[in-house]
Amino acid sequence: MTTAAAPLRWFRFAAPAPFYALAGRLVPWCWALCALLAAVGLYMGFFVAPTDATQGDAYRIIFIHVPASWMSMVLYLVMAGWAAVGWAFNARLASMVARAIAPTGALFTVLALWTGMAWGRPTWGAWWVWGDARLMSELILLFLYGGFLSLVAAIDDTRRADRAGALLAIVGSVNVPIIYFSVKWWNTLHQGASVGIGSAPKMASVMLTSMLLMTLSFWAYAFAVVFMRTRAIVIEREIGARWVEAAA
Amino acid sequence: MNWSPVNWGSAEAFFAMGGYGFYVWSAYAVTAVCLVGESLLVAKRHRDARRQVGVSHEEGNP
Repeated sequence: MTTAAAPLRWFRFAAPAPFYALAGRLVPWCWALCALLAAVGLYMGFFVAPTDATQGDAYRIIFIHVPASWMSMVLYLVMAGWAAVGWAFNARLASMVARAIAPTGALFTVLALWTGMAWGRPTWGAWWVWGDARLMSELILLFLYGGFLSLVAAIDDTRRADRAGALLAIVGSVNVPIIYFSVKWWNTLHQGASVGIGSAPKMASVMLTSMLLMTLSFWAYAFAVVFMRTRAIVIEREIGARWVEAAA
Repeated sequence: MNWSPVNWGSAEAFFAMGGYGFYVWSAYAVTAVCLVGESLLVAKRHRDARRQVGVSHEEGNP
């Protein structure tokens, strides 16, 4: 008689306790990656990338503005995705991850708007323009993050709160493609896409490389912070479970 | 790709950013403060949660 092979436990990390341990081990690597990518990206952005012909050195805000903006959108979709999983499969860890993503996503949205204003003032002559499709839709993204956080905080029953938040997050997801295509669909002050799938970038390669390195750095940052926050939420929610006594 | 570094000439020129120093550095400063701040707050949240476990243990909770 042969021994059956142990089944692959695909969903091992869908449980809070194994995830807590794994995330704890990954966090330092995420920080290391974040720091390394930022160091290289910022060096290239400030000491290798040349001054822009039209915008002078004001364009260097791009190395934080675009990464923050991309992160604000990506994190929203990831948040909505995990919230949906938490709802559909009654997987509470997935809902915890969604809650962990929200503050970081909101922060990147604020940074996208702030750095955008700092860039807009010297180049467009305006800090802010009401009615501009991209600016408005990014601002709405901030309200969606805030709405998610407020909603889950307002409902006492944790799992009901998770489900309500998931609904808001999912419905709000429509805003992300709106932000992305806003510069194509409407006449906006904001410039059109310089980088896209299926076409050559309309940007000097050093500038593009620096921008991509900073994007990856922000992504590593997001992983680090979201993992840390998820771990905190796991402890907060699972307090009383025996494994928490040992791990905390 | 030209890898020779941009020659800023002097530290003053670097901080001036071609006249746009105020905008560039305020953008970077706020970003740095926010990201560092968020990391510290999250670390604190985790610490407080772990402390709560200890407290709950003292209060006789299993």
